[in-house]
Amino acid sequence: MSRRLPQIVCLLFGLIMFTLYFLDHPTAKQINTLILVDYWQIIFAFTLVVGVISFIRNHVTAISRGNDRLYRLLSLFGVVLMPILALIWGIKGDSPFMWVFENVQVPLQSTVFSLLAFFVASAAFRGFHARSGPAAVLLIAAFLTILSRSSLEGLLPDFIPDIAVWVRNNPSMAARRAILIGIGLGSLTTSLRVILGIERTWLGGEK
Amino acid sequence: MTWFAQDTVLTLIAAILSIAIVLYTTFYKSKDKKIKIREIAGLRAVEEAIGRATEMARPLLYTPGWGGDIQRPTTIASLNILSYVAQKTAQYDCDLIFPTHDPVIMAVAQEVMKEAYANAGFPDRYREDNAFYVSSSQFGYAASVEGLISRRKPASVFLLGTFEAESLILAETGNINKAIQIAGTDSTIQLSFFIVACDYVLIGEELFAASGYLSGDRSILASVKAQDILKVLIAIYILIAVLWVTIDPSSAWWKL
Repeated sequence: MSRRLPQIVCLLFGLIMFTLYFLDHPTAKQINTLILVDYWQIIFAFTLVVGVISFIRNHVTAISRGNDRLYRLLSLFGVVLMPILALIWGIKGDSPFMWVFENVQVPLQSTVFSLLAFFVASAAFRGFHARSGPAAVLLIAAFLTILSRSSLEGLLPDFIPDIAVWVRNNPSMAARRAILIGIGLGSLTTSLRVILGIERTWLGGEK
Repeated sequence: MTWFAQDTVLTLIAAILSIAIVLYTTFYKSKDKKIKIREIAGLRAVEEAIGRATEMARPLLYTPGWGGDIQRPTTIASLNILSYVAQKTAQYDCDLIFPTHDPVIMAVAQEVMKEAYANAGFPDRYREDNAFYVSSSQFGYAASVEGLISRRKPASVFLLGTFEAESLILAETGNINKAIQIAGTDSTIQLSFFIVACDYVLIGEELFAASGYLSGDRSILASVKAQDILKVLIAIYILIAVLWVTIDPSSAWWKL
């Protein structure tokens, strides 16, 4: 029963959501909003509690084992500090919460994001080696695309940006669409398998 | 006032046709003895990746990415593969770490791993705190998983699910730490990053076919066959539309 009930709920909501997509009546739209917006927000609030408990438990366990103590203590300090700041001074305007957010969290996030520039360079250097015929074609296509997107664009003969645009809009787009069709069909069959109960891994398994 | 949204007629027809084909192949064709699925290098390498982690006495890191939640078919497909990987790690007594950005995915993954360890006959080897929540923030998640890879140096990294800008950060960190990496996602943009940085990549639909491929379940394999039938129908439709528009450029019936 512990697995049959979620399976029935899944089937029911799968059918309801499928039907609602094709209905134009205001009641159908209200039900759609109720399920997708209102109920989802309630569920999300509860799941966040589960997440915070997992976060604290994971860090406390690691600290007790002596793993990465400093980093984990700092993380826990942040989790405790931010709600206190929010409860006492609120989260608007020039509150301490916003100060920490703008001066600690945003720079940290930007730092991690900026790593991407270096990783793109190192991955491109590894990826664009002309080891074989197809790899050489890839290298030439990439080189033309980079040239056409660089500040040198005005100095280049017209045909180079034209070739780059053609590569992006034709062979590249054709391959991309073929993958997208496969993904769409894969999503469809996976969803049907879940709704019909053929695929039960998400419930923990077969039994 | 009409109940039915008129602009969705063609979508409804296409959806019913697709569902009918999937249901037919799943319930009737699954009785056929011969349902073959081609070799998928990325899935064949799963056992090699687990074996490597076991031999090196290092953990195996599995993460479903930041972009998806539990509603997304890609996440479900990823959890199906997790079940197989968890069974193998249970057999080999290898540590499996599962960091995630979503508490719901964490709860489902814990359940999947627990069941997989029990099915493998080693329920005592399951540790609930191996599947844990790190952060809902994209780069908070990326920094946390990147840190985990750098500190714990997993021998194998599985990046299977929905990834966004964090894909290359994680894949390159795994590459720097010399981990064998198997990746797969439904984002065509992130696929190109994975192809450059990872050892094996499940491209698009291969991710969804994985559970049938790994488990050998006939119903799931039959539904993969349905995908092929639908693909042939789409190809025929595109061919007819191309020929039609070549003969009559003013035609528009094919624009669904």
